[in-house]
Amino acid sequence: MSVTTIKKNITSDISGAIQQTVNSFPLLKEKRNEAWHTFQQLSMPATKNEEYKYTPVTRLLEKNFSFPTANPSGHLSTLQDFSIPELDANIIVFVNGVFSQEHSSIFSNNSEISILTMEDAIVQQTEVCLKHLSAYIDLKADALANWNTAAWTNGVFIHIPAGTTIEKPVVIHHIHDTRNGQVVSIGRNLVVLEKNSAVTIVEKFDSIGDANHFSNCITEAVVAEYAELNLYTIQNDSGKRFQYGLTQIHQADSSRVNTYTFSLNGKLIRNNLQLTLNGEGIESHMYGLYLLTGDTLADNHTVVDHKKPNSFSNELYKGIMDEDSKGVFNGKIFVRPQAQKTNAFQANRNILLTDKATVYTKPQLEIWADDVKCSHGCTSGQLDEEALFYLRSRGIGKETAQAMMLYAFAAELLDNVKHPVIKRYLDNVISERLHKNF
Amino acid sequence: MLTIKDLQAKIGEKQILNGINLEVKPGEVHAIMGPNGSGKSTLASVLAGREEYEVTGGEVDFLGKDLLEMAPEERAREGVFLAFQYPVEIPGVSTINFMKTALNQIREHRGQPALDAVSFLSLMKEKMKLVEIDQSLLSRALNEGFSGGEKKRNEIFQMAMLEPKLSILDETDSGLDIDALKVVANGVNKLRNKNNAVIVVTHYQRLLDYIVPDYVHVLYKGKIVKSGTKDLALELEAKGYDWIKDEVALA
Amino acid sequence: MSNDNQVLEEFTSREYEHGWTTDIEADSAPKGLNEGIIRFISAKKNEPQWMLDWRLDAYAKWTKMKEPTWPNVHYPPINYQDVIYYSAPKKSDKTKKLEDVDPELIKTFEKLGISLTEQKRLTGIAVDAVIDSVSVATTFKETLGELGIIFCSFSEAVHNHPELVKKYMGSVVPVSDNYFAALNSAVFTDGSFCYIPKGVRCPMELSTYFRINAANTGQFERTLIIADEGSYVSYLEGCTAPMRDENQLHAAVVEIYAMKDAEVKYSTVQNWYPGDKNGKGGIYNFVTKRGLCFGDHSKISWTQVETGSAITWKYPSCILKGDYSMGEFYSVAVTNNYQQADTGTKMIHIGKHTKSRIVSKGISAGHSQNSYRGQVHIMKRAENARNFSQCDSLLMGDKCGAHTFPYIDVENKSARIEHEATTSKIGEDQIFYCLQRGIDEESAVALIVNGYAKEVLNQLPMEFAVEAQKLLALTLEGSVG
Repeated sequence: MSVTTIKKNITSDISGAIQQTVNSFPLLKEKRNEAWHTFQQLSMPATKNEEYKYTPVTRLLEKNFSFPTANPSGHLSTLQDFSIPELDANIIVFVNGVFSQEHSSIFSNNSEISILTMEDAIVQQTEVCLKHLSAYIDLKADALANWNTAAWTNGVFIHIPAGTTIEKPVVIHHIHDTRNGQVVSIGRNLVVLEKNSAVTIVEKFDSIGDANHFSNCITEAVVAEYAELNLYTIQNDSGKRFQYGLTQIHQADSSRVNTYTFSLNGKLIRNNLQLTLNGEGIESHMYGLYLLTGDTLADNHTVVDHKKPNSFSNELYKGIMDEDSKGVFNGKIFVRPQAQKTNAFQANRNILLTDKATVYTKPQLEIWADDVKCSHGCTSGQLDEEALFYLRSRGIGKETAQAMMLYAFAAELLDNVKHPVIKRYLDNVISERLHKNF
Repeated sequence: MLTIKDLQAKIGEKQILNGINLEVKPGEVHAIMGPNGSGKSTLASVLAGREEYEVTGGEVDFLGKDLLEMAPEERAREGVFLAFQYPVEIPGVSTINFMKTALNQIREHRGQPALDAVSFLSLMKEKMKLVEIDQSLLSRALNEGFSGGEKKRNEIFQMAMLEPKLSILDETDSGLDIDALKVVANGVNKLRNKNNAVIVVTHYQRLLDYIVPDYVHVLYKGKIVKSGTKDLALELEAKGYDWIKDEVALA
Repeated sequence: MSNDNQVLEEFTSREYEHGWTTDIEADSAPKGLNEGIIRFISAKKNEPQWMLDWRLDAYAKWTKMKEPTWPNVHYPPINYQDVIYYSAPKKSDKTKKLEDVDPELIKTFEKLGISLTEQKRLTGIAVDAVIDSVSVATTFKETLGELGIIFCSFSEAVHNHPELVKKYMGSVVPVSDNYFAALNSAVFTDGSFCYIPKGVRCPMELSTYFRINAANTGQFERTLIIADEGSYVSYLEGCTAPMRDENQLHAAVVEIYAMKDAEVKYSTVQNWYPGDKNGKGGIYNFVTKRGLCFGDHSKISWTQVETGSAITWKYPSCILKGDYSMGEFYSVAVTNNYQQADTGTKMIHIGKHTKSRIVSKGISAGHSQNSYRGQVHIMKRAENARNFSQCDSLLMGDKCGAHTFPYIDVENKSARIEHEATTSKIGEDQIFYCLQRGIDEESAVALIVNGYAKEVLNQLPMEFAVEAQKLLALTLEGSVG
């Protein structure tokens, strides 16, 4: 399929999705139509596009998928294989992009708190939902984001009223059942945190079957004054998963956001994580870990945009690339002219384990204010041979010594995970991975 | 030499000095003591001309000139020296180079010719001995990576080089062990003469064992609430500041 | 330390000090660019056919290329048909004996502090002086000749050393490398050529001094340095231009070819006219500089102090092909008023055990924009490659911007890469400390800035270091307070 064909076919997918939109929501229809038009004007990202220099999304989609898509219906007998053990949580499950009532369980809903599917939210919370939907993403830049905006089918809507903390995390499962062929899902989440509210959200991506599958998933979050959002993304699926994700977070004064992105497996993972710090006294932390094997390509593009004075952002991304895998990190920090007294820090550390593994990293600082403290650092290297030798000289086997050191490298990120049950789960997954594969 | 009349100052919206009166004559050593937050360091900063502080009232006469009218560097050139509580680091600029620049600008102000490299070096060697500071330290970037003691010794070395008329030592004893304290105090004492004066700002009495003051003033809530001789410092050491606070409360 | 003080003493001049023009009769081509102009240039220079063919080939390639838009700089479109591509001072001729050089020209260079009369020189620096498009004088040629060193204008090299020129020209920067390199290859009018034979350590600094004089003229010079096995040379480059209201184009190419065990140090103090306080006029400086560490254990070191030009687009780079070869890049880029700089380096590690080091210090003031753009690329077979990058920005005032775009591409696991970047401003505490010691504010800023840039300035030969420090202070004049 050529670039033009894929675009044409996706366009027909999108137009199908718009047809289905309930006509009683003209604003929604308008938003979808607008995105559709923009999608048609933009070309699908090629590697000559600076933002996709090392990540040939379009080529991989051409090669591995046929469009227009017709998803087979999915079936999930049990969620157990995919759930986080012992986590007392609100659970929402989508199978092939379709909401699964059977496997979902929502405890925290009451007259004020809303945890709904987007489908229901459009009907039940029309005003809040449409006010914030697509309000903060820059749709001029990225065809894939327009594709999503025009054609999303479902997702989760979370609205937390002022002064409310939801104790139980919200876990969103995106599961693809590919036993009857390829699956493409377009998901959309919207999180609205009012003043001084708090929530923890986990997005988890898994699959059954061994056909190729693609998800294009956007999460938008609006975090009001003094509110706190903890957002975990766990990507540990089979080597048949292709994924484009965009997370756009808009923060007001004194809000706090912690994001944790764990990319552990998949074929192609592209994460765009964008934080707009549109207030003072904000604190934002972005943590990322990518442990890659096989021919996985994981590409993390992050943006922190400081628009107002006196805020703090900190970013730590670490990666271990094994076998033929490829890691890409691009971290942008913008400090706008108004944003005096900004503190912005970023670090990206990488370990390559084989000659075929590669990493491309591009930290990017753009600063227009003078009274700021900003720094970024990145390193790439092997395991410290001296330390490895030291461990071995104490009788520890080479493999174990290496695993120990890799685990220690990754553990710095686990140290920052706040939720004890999620932390234990991730710790188990990571230790198992590092012992098994290295 | 220095006459402070009813000096008031604030930082931001916070009033810190509430009417300071002080007279310092040539040859004298005045100690300014007081509990934390009483305004001691503010007084030092206002005299040196730090711009964050806004003078809201009063006057300061220094050798017949209005000190408050002068820019910080003019004050320095007229002979006011502040030994900083926290000396700053300037990467890449050696102390030697820094001092040469400062000294020659001050000399120019006084109508003296600039010192050539040879005379500068010999002057420096002479002053180095006073504070027992090593030349290798002075060749390094200003205060960068210096220990607390080295930074304070560097301050006194600079004081020796610039030969000020009025030196204000702001908490110079903080962070010093007893040996370093002695070296610093010894340096200050050697620099004293009948034409210059020293104001020692300190929380504790221990520095005053070595730099013996003629007068001791207690600063509290932005005012000098008690003045006396060096015995007052000893009394404060023994009894703490609470009795002063009580006295003020009673009055 | 005495350097700093010389800076301070001379911290009095108020404007771009090289902004005057010289009244020299010039021999110019008509405005515009086409095959005819290229034939005209080639004929003027009496070039052999192969040289003309090379130019025409480059021109054909250029017409098919597009001007790059990725740099973080903004300027109105350049009309390449509105530029004069050839201008030569009339009296210069090929014999180039000093006594034949127009006395006005000698005065011009003396005014710039460059003496072309050898006996007057205190230190041993051989100079090739290029005005507008052609080399007007090369000093110390004979002394160098005794050692087998060839140091002459590019035009002379084309005639006298065609085998070297043919072999190495375009070997490091191919004709179609980029838009401006292609343009230069088509229309370059002169430049310097240097060959250091096997095992020779060049006993003096070699230097090229570039000056744009004529109005509406583009300057397109080309420098080629070939360091044969085990040789060493330190090369200096300086540039100035008169103040003119319109923008002028400068598109140069520098190629360095280092063989086994050879070492080349290339230092630039770039002070083209930056435009006035409101951003009017100034040079567009689009330069391609690249060194090839071809042989094992070879080393190329770039040092640059960039204070001039309205727009700078420049990435002196090293291709580390030989095993154990080493590349260095030390840069201070200062922008003030409405200047824009997008500069940095590329270190391409191909050979084993190759090493590179990048130290970049950006200083932005006024309304200027200063970008560092760099790439460290460790290729697959570059075992045990090492890179260290330090990339700092200093901001003065809240109307300017500092940007860093480092690309780090690692394809070999044994590579060890470290990159650090910081952004800061001159601390008020630092300035107050200086003031309290009696130092005025402008001097305080000069001191702090020179301290900040010291690691780079230390790389420059003494004479250049003094000039560079003066320039830093001058460029930043009036940017505080």
